[in-house]
Amino acid sequence: MKRKVPLAVTVLLLVLAVASCVFGVSRGELKTVYRKAATVCLECIGIG
Amino acid sequence: MKDRFALLRKAVQLGWGLLTNAHITGFVKGTIYQGPLKNFCVPGMNCYSCPGALGACPIGAMQSLFDARRRKFAFSVVGYLAALGLLVGRFICGWLCLFGLIQELLYKIPLPKLKVPKKIDRVLRYLKYAVLLILVFLLPFFWRSELGVGEPFFCKYLCPVGTLEGGVPLVLLQEQLKSAAGFLFRWKFALMALVLLSSVYIHRPFCKYLCPLGAFYALFQKVSVLRLKLDGEKCVSCGKCEKTCPMGVAVTRDPNSAECIRCGACVRACPAGALRFGSGAKKPGLNKNEKMNIREE
Repeated sequence: MKRKVPLAVTVLLLVLAVASCVFGVSRGELKTVYRKAATVCLECIGIG
Repeated sequence: MKDRFALLRKAVQLGWGLLTNAHITGFVKGTIYQGPLKNFCVPGMNCYSCPGALGACPIGAMQSLFDARRRKFAFSVVGYLAALGLLVGRFICGWLCLFGLIQELLYKIPLPKLKVPKKIDRVLRYLKYAVLLILVFLLPFFWRSELGVGEPFFCKYLCPVGTLEGGVPLVLLQEQLKSAAGFLFRWKFALMALVLLSSVYIHRPFCKYLCPLGAFYALFQKVSVLRLKLDGEKCVSCGKCEKTCPMGVAVTRDPNSAECIRCGACVRACPAGALRFGSGAKKPGLNKNEKMNIREE
């Protein structure tokens, strides 16, 4: 069964995804992720 | 051979689950890991408030970045998840998700299994996309509370993973949290119990109907690098692949369906070797007599 979408399109999207990731990291998103992940998330555990 | 493959998948699922939840002291002290690994998201559903969790939950991280107070897009997490989806699609669901494994183990309990009627099943499968769009993207991005802050709607009101992996152990281990647990905790506990109970009767119900992460990866299933290949010349139309598929995928019609978690059950079940992963060299098909023999078996 042949690919309906050429591999080149997948590779292009992959490049965009990686670029998006790098851009996000460069503007300090990891800090926000860490701040949320390193403290008990009260919403997640059902407290508030 | 078949059992060896199934065992390998279980070993990978379990090994990954243990590796990413290796902060054992957290389960003793009722605390969570606060080291540098928490900067990074794991690929599957794994609450970052689980005492053992070493990484961050991608769905929780996405919502905290969307926080309506700032209304910033979660470029890093969306890009990271999109890259994973483009590489392997829902392979993550089948191999690297601890909550998926928990549901599979519950399904092994020898009790009568429930078959959801096709019409209802088809409609319910779209629910996870609504959860992704409304509870993970739109509401955390646009809705502000009276205090002007956003909320992680999916985590707060729906996620059974957070309740099971974070809520239950922390409430049991911390007196302060136990006394603070009120209606919201009871609501989330009931939802978790419902998901776990239905997992005994339905194969991976959370993954099929509610998981926003599975929905996100599913968007890339048809364009991902890793694919399920069906060799039409080898296929004898015996239907064994579809009977075996735990996710109810019509394998021969749509081998890269958004519902496939790439567990490989169909590849193992195919007597003609017509299904395989990746894009290896094409092997010659079977002749008419060989196909007839397999059909008769």
